[in-house]
Amino acid sequence: MDLAERSRDAVRGDPPVDAALAREHGLSDEEWKRILEILGRTPSYAELGIFSVMWSEHCSYKSSRTYLRTLPTKAEHVLVGPGEGAGVVAIGDGLAVIFKIESHNHPSFVEPTQGAATGVGGILRDVFSMGARPIASLDSIRFGPLEDPKHRMLLRGVVHGIGGYGNAVGVPTVGGETGFHDCYRGNILVNAFNLGLVEADRIFLGQATGVGNPVVYVGSKTGRDGIHGASLLASAEFGDETEAKRPTVQVGDPFTEKCLIEACLEAMRGDALVGIQDMGAAGLTCSSFEMASRAGTGIELDLDRVPQRAAGMTPYELLLSESQERMLLVARAGEESRVLEVFERWDLDAVVVGRVTADGRMRVRWHGATVVDIPVDPVAQSAPICDRPRRPPADLGERQKLDLASIEPEGDPQGALEQLLDSPNLGDKRWVFRQYDSLVLGNTVLGPGGGAALVRVRREDGGATGKALAMAVDCNPRWCWLDPHAGAIAAVAEAARRVACTGARPLALTNCLNFGNPEKPEIMWEFAEAVRGLGEAAAALGTPVVSGNVSFYNETAGRPIFPTPTVAVVGLLGDVERRAASGFPATGLALVLLGETREELGGSEWLALRRGREAGLPPSVDLAHERRLHGLLADAVAGGVLRSAHGVSDGGLAVALARCCFAASIGARATLAEPPRVEALLFGESNGRVIATTGDLPRLLALARAAGVPAQHIGETGGSRLALGREGGAPWIDVELSRLAAIWSAAIPRRLEGS
Amino acid sequence: MFAVIQFPGSNDDRDMRFALKSALGVEAQLVWHKERALPPGTNAVLLPGGFSYGDYLRCGAMARFSPVMGAVRRFAEAGGPVLGTCNGFQVLCEAGLLPGALLRNAGLDFVCDWVHVRVERAAAPFTSRAPGQILRLPIKHGDGRYFAAPEELARLERAGQIALRYCAPDGSPDDAANPNGSADRIAGVCNARGNVMGLMPHPEHAAEPLTGGTDGLAILGSLVDAVRGGG
Repeated sequence: MDLAERSRDAVRGDPPVDAALAREHGLSDEEWKRILEILGRTPSYAELGIFSVMWSEHCSYKSSRTYLRTLPTKAEHVLVGPGEGAGVVAIGDGLAVIFKIESHNHPSFVEPTQGAATGVGGILRDVFSMGARPIASLDSIRFGPLEDPKHRMLLRGVVHGIGGYGNAVGVPTVGGETGFHDCYRGNILVNAFNLGLVEADRIFLGQATGVGNPVVYVGSKTGRDGIHGASLLASAEFGDETEAKRPTVQVGDPFTEKCLIEACLEAMRGDALVGIQDMGAAGLTCSSFEMASRAGTGIELDLDRVPQRAAGMTPYELLLSESQERMLLVARAGEESRVLEVFERWDLDAVVVGRVTADGRMRVRWHGATVVDIPVDPVAQSAPICDRPRRPPADLGERQKLDLASIEPEGDPQGALEQLLDSPNLGDKRWVFRQYDSLVLGNTVLGPGGGAALVRVRREDGGATGKALAMAVDCNPRWCWLDPHAGAIAAVAEAARRVACTGARPLALTNCLNFGNPEKPEIMWEFAEAVRGLGEAAAALGTPVVSGNVSFYNETAGRPIFPTPTVAVVGLLGDVERRAASGFPATGLALVLLGETREELGGSEWLALRRGREAGLPPSVDLAHERRLHGLLADAVAGGVLRSAHGVSDGGLAVALARCCFAASIGARATLAEPPRVEALLFGESNGRVIATTGDLPRLLALARAAGVPAQHIGETGGSRLALGREGGAPWIDVELSRLAAIWSAAIPRRLEGS
Repeated sequence: MFAVIQFPGSNDDRDMRFALKSALGVEAQLVWHKERALPPGTNAVLLPGGFSYGDYLRCGAMARFSPVMGAVRRFAEAGGPVLGTCNGFQVLCEAGLLPGALLRNAGLDFVCDWVHVRVERAAAPFTSRAPGQILRLPIKHGDGRYFAAPEELARLERAGQIALRYCAPDGSPDDAANPNGSADRIAGVCNARGNVMGLMPHPEHAAEPLTGGTDGLAILGSLVDAVRGGG
């Protein structure tokens, strides 16, 4: 009798394992054959479950790995790149930041509040499991149109989930983006970012080193929730049976997470811990395999010791449960009592459930029988790689076609501005971020609602460093749909530009690549193009990719989302007392437009809203200019020349000016040369532009000239109106700020009324 | 020495400590909720914000049973100053050390924002520095709607126990400036003796210009004055 049979004998009710059952588990026939080869026998039911999750798209990155390897990941300041829980970047003073962005799209569509909440919880664990105290969260969330009641419900649910979890766990949500488009009607996006601060020599890795060391389970008890979340929910498209998948969504418990953060950070203070990892996707299975694989060891687990929430759980369920707020630790042999004591003080379960072995195998026992005995590396590292076919979408040429001559010019610039400000994409996101605690920890210098968030760096003991971290998350999905390569470049450029607008120097980035079904050649092409763009931009801007996440199968009933490579850039500001505001900070400042405005209306909000077209090529990005611009901003802030800086993006110059005015209700008057097409000047979205204010115009212009960045003095701040005019003619726009602000502020709330 | 009580789920405990230290030069010690006594030499107790025990039951309803609360009650009964902010206010109400209760915000959603409050009671140990002042302070809570029966509210008013009221930036009474639907726009109250106060806004998050302002020091500084003056 082999293991599989003995296991079936022990676990009554386990079904017989065969190729058909493997297929139901999402494994291909080829993968099934590979499993038989690796084991030399039929797997037990629990083993089949393990292969199915470990080789799922979500855990194995089988479709994406080849491409992700091309990304620039190294730099002197990168201490740990992709592959661990999150990336680690040195920021001087013996400190480092650990950050990552991750998707929780499918669960949030099925159950928005818990899906979003557990997305926040998961990313926090990725960060604090490496020894860092989480100090700032961002999120990027995308929905279908708010005219659809279901999406009003989803928006409310997701915001409640993010807020409910982040607020209770005591980590500030300092910024983010909220977008709406019909392409997300069947598949919303919830991407959660977190950044933590750590002493650079106190970084913990997810590795099971030291043969004989005890393996410790800490945190919540294991229940039946979330079984196959990674393989079935995250690694397949949605169809009509989405509702039936609700039980695969986990439930979050931020209170336990908060205790877990404090207890883990406390347990890490001595030298009793050698490795630690979150039990995230695929729970106990994935964490133990990855930890053993990284250390070149094996692990023996005794499932009977695992704290359990439900009675009668089978090995299959215990191994695949995605119950939240659990961590797997490896302690130094003989020191485990010191670890257990800490968790006991916090009233958290902590149990020795196994030990590290030398033989490179995962051996799992349950009720006296061995139910899993498989080699670690072939499962963890030799997951099949899929070289999926790629092909540009057949209608790509059609998408990109835009004859500006056939587009009717804008006859009512003020009406256009008002319509843009009233759109949910460009409107005020205060309704969202007012529900997030953006202040806890007391480090928030620039909170949500501006360009980038700015968070002061304070040591764990409260000691000041004088530094601050800037961070921003960005993507323009419409641009990525029109040209995924250019769109991805623009996402990196814009996120970095927003960081640079505070005066910070961009350091590194993390990305969350949200795409449709990779089995479709068009999706795979979009993915490959986006990754190519991401790599080019990251290299050119000196912001290596230190962590990331891929989310495929974002489609319902065959309709994919727009490719959405969300990019979060983190930058360092050397002196927090010298920084630029996002909006206009005072009256009487000179208004300077940095960068060049070209006649670029392809993929713009103006074109979509005013002419009902989503077409053309997105605005070009000159990465060399972009880098010069970022350098100029940092130098100008350090030199005390720049008072505020705000990137020009969605909605163009007019919208950016309005937003700068709203920050402190300070008006502005700008005069521009008469262009051939007024809508391109006012609403075009040319990249590489920033609206800056200064009290020392000659010096700013001189710095710009020296940096090789075009700079144009266009007006002054002050008054209660926003006036945009042509030289020597009637203004295109001249309106009371209060009127614009009222429209902008109501964009989201008015659409949520009565629902 | 100031004692900041640390419940499981407290979030602003360290922030309170840092604010006292960096802005006022006062040492504060975190006191774990399982302690049965306050550290020797404690001359003020602060109950911080957060979500004690997850606030899964009523806010503060579990924390009032924490072992340390016996010591906090004895300290208050002996006349020692006890200040609860946000979740700490909720705990003090649940513990019966302050009148009234805090209910779900009228708008049902969590609210994080800067608000203005008018100091209605200027007295040691919490508001002596701020007679009649309008303070700009942040709030961040889902359950901050102050509630007490009408006769109780009238009694509190007569006894001068209403410490802070939400107001317009110029200090005028304005229902639109009431962020959570609190009865009589009450943002903070104290006990009859005046040595226990609770407020929903976070003075510890308005303690330095870099992160939004220093108006919170009017309250924390008053407490420091009272302690230093031997009060």
